[in-house]
Amino acid sequence: MFKALYSRLKQGYRTMPFPPKNDVLSKRFAGLPCVVSEKCKEDCAKCKAVCPTDAISGNGKDISIDLGKCLFCTECQRACPTGTINFSREYRMAVRDRNDLLIRDTLNRYEKTLKKEIKNIFGRSLKLRQVSAGGCNACELDINVLNTLSFDLGRFGIQFVASPRHADGIVVTGPVTKNMFLALEKTYNAVPSPKLVIAVGACAISGGPYIDHTETYNGVSSILPVDLYIPGCPPHPLTILDGFLKIMKAM
Amino acid sequence: MAGSILNIRNSQAKPLSEIPSLPFEKFCDFVIAQIREGARVVSFFGTPKTNATFMLTMVLAYDNDGQLGIVSTSVKDTYPSLTPQLPQVHWFEREIFEQWQVRPDGHPWLKPIRFHNPCTENSLGNSSQDILPSVTDFMKVHGQEPHEVAVGPVHAGIIEPGHFRFQCHGEHVFHLEISLGYQHRGIERALAAGSGKRTIHYMETSAGDTTIGHALAYCQAMEGLSDCAVPLRASAIRGIMLELERLANHTGDLGALANDVGYLPTSSYCGRLRGDFLNMTALICGNRFGRNIVRPGGVMFDLDDSLITELQNRLDKIFNDVKNAVSLLWSSSFVVDRFDETGIVTKKTALDLGLVGPAARACGIERDVRFDFPTGIYQFSHIPLSTYSSGDVFARAYVRWLEIQRSTEFIRDQLKNLPDSAVMAAMPPLKKQSMVVSLIEGWRGEICHAITTDINGNISQYKITDPSFHNWIGLAMALRGEDISDFPLCNKSFNLSYCGHDL
Repeated sequence: MFKALYSRLKQGYRTMPFPPKNDVLSKRFAGLPCVVSEKCKEDCAKCKAVCPTDAISGNGKDISIDLGKCLFCTECQRACPTGTINFSREYRMAVRDRNDLLIRDTLNRYEKTLKKEIKNIFGRSLKLRQVSAGGCNACELDINVLNTLSFDLGRFGIQFVASPRHADGIVVTGPVTKNMFLALEKTYNAVPSPKLVIAVGACAISGGPYIDHTETYNGVSSILPVDLYIPGCPPHPLTILDGFLKIMKAM
Repeated sequence: MAGSILNIRNSQAKPLSEIPSLPFEKFCDFVIAQIREGARVVSFFGTPKTNATFMLTMVLAYDNDGQLGIVSTSVKDTYPSLTPQLPQVHWFEREIFEQWQVRPDGHPWLKPIRFHNPCTENSLGNSSQDILPSVTDFMKVHGQEPHEVAVGPVHAGIIEPGHFRFQCHGEHVFHLEISLGYQHRGIERALAAGSGKRTIHYMETSAGDTTIGHALAYCQAMEGLSDCAVPLRASAIRGIMLELERLANHTGDLGALANDVGYLPTSSYCGRLRGDFLNMTALICGNRFGRNIVRPGGVMFDLDDSLITELQNRLDKIFNDVKNAVSLLWSSSFVVDRFDETGIVTKKTALDLGLVGPAARACGIERDVRFDFPTGIYQFSHIPLSTYSSGDVFARAYVRWLEIQRSTEFIRDQLKNLPDSAVMAAMPPLKKQSMVVSLIEGWRGEICHAITTDINGNISQYKITDPSFHNWIGLAMALRGEDISDFPLCNKSFNLSYCGHDL
């Protein structure tokens, strides 16, 4: 008993503020890519040659990266001879509209104030049910991490519930395998309307590394209407948390 | 034994022509004799040949000699099952049956393991009826009193999908049957189609929590196939990454075990500490799961002096907190009481079924790739084996704690004495018509990648055996005779991968 109390003192208070006050991300963290299209050479396709998921399209001023497909492996940044593509350390990447995942040029779209969002969420709550549909368990683990005391998801009024009947929406990870199709559909149908669908990770948005495999569908949007896209492979817990807060503002 | 089997070392490539192909009966007798003398099955898989024949290739491990052996045979569409005499091949034979429709006659549990269409081209015609997951015969207990409990594929927590059927009498579990395949996304099929720019990403997402383990097994295989010498500094960094992965997962598991018996202090501390280990991984490569660092030829990120100091400081602090959090477990009598004698797997069962990793070591089996088949940095820096003999939840938890201490020590050592060299070497082309078997001790246990190249030096066959492939049956055995309420605890004590199994 005393040992447990002493240990509580020793472990300290570990819940981080959100948005984080200090720079908690690794210096090598690859977040939102920035594209400087004027640097891009028309006749060069080196980035496309190395991109594992064909996330890059267009040339010159039309070049764009599809964050829904991007695995954030940064191979394109390494291959680009002109410095057109640079991965920033911006973790806020979740969007409501699939088209907003196409990154075309240097835009600070994500610099919009988040403080307002935080204010808006007080007094609200969001109950979610998670469905893993072919994911590699990395997205699942980094969603789970939000329940640890470091992130303390409960303080934002968000809770993962055990039954779809108790949920306001589902969080889907994985490309949706053929074998999970029925279970996903049943879970979605069991959630009372109106309901949300949140796609977390490259797999759930586009199929990710498994794009066009016969064993999978290309993400959840081919089956269900998606309300929020959280890109990454896997997305950082802060990216996921930011996305959840975004959708609460929208509700 | 000479002539019947090709002996190789871990990740050493050999020409296909040197692999002996025995007539089936001789193959059968030989393999059974080898297992009786202490060998075990690492992998067993089918490859289609011409004229509707299939080659069955078995990889055996001789733990005491640090040697692997490859032996093969040819069969048509059916052969007498080895499972009745060698229980450890039961899952492999089911896999071969599902992939190639080669029937092991007399197999006691012959049914799908992943629920997908066969991989044979000529069978695509009759695969029009949809295969539904978990629609198969389950073992049933008959009588008026027993009842069946079905759980999954969608579970109450944030975890992967799988289906569990319990045959119960009240709380008492007679038998648990585990039905998987929900995560099947066709990795091996895509890999066999050739090496492309997605290959490394298939590796890193085979099991996302074992990113380093699988990526390392792949890279080590490629380096074996091309005689590429990995710079020593890269090997050391790889070792650091692999042990960090182990630290994060073992710490998380101990926290989750505490949670499953309702001991919240350790549960909440370990949740945070697991994240701190992941953040150390991110410090090195930018990603919490170790994506984008291990590549054929070496590693993509080097450590400079300030980073090394930062890592050392963090490791000391985190380890002290882990020690503090975990020691609460062992001093809490009710935690120890719940862990003790729950979910026992005997040493004999573990040996018969060929369990690997902490689950095997918790049964007192000395089995660890880092120790038995060392490659890379583990050839120079040995990690002592961590075993415990009781085979219960306590043993599986305690082995994890022992490994946490030893991995921490190992990383400290590596950071202090990091060799001075480049971190990436050029990759020569792969050898043609060769085979390599690459073993890595991931945090769950032995990861095996067996790869064959074709006449042009391209990958023609890729077999991944995740430790979970061996160990799921271990969980089923641990549940026999237990109360159904102990399932979460037993499950967590194994913490197996669904996606690593389903591929």
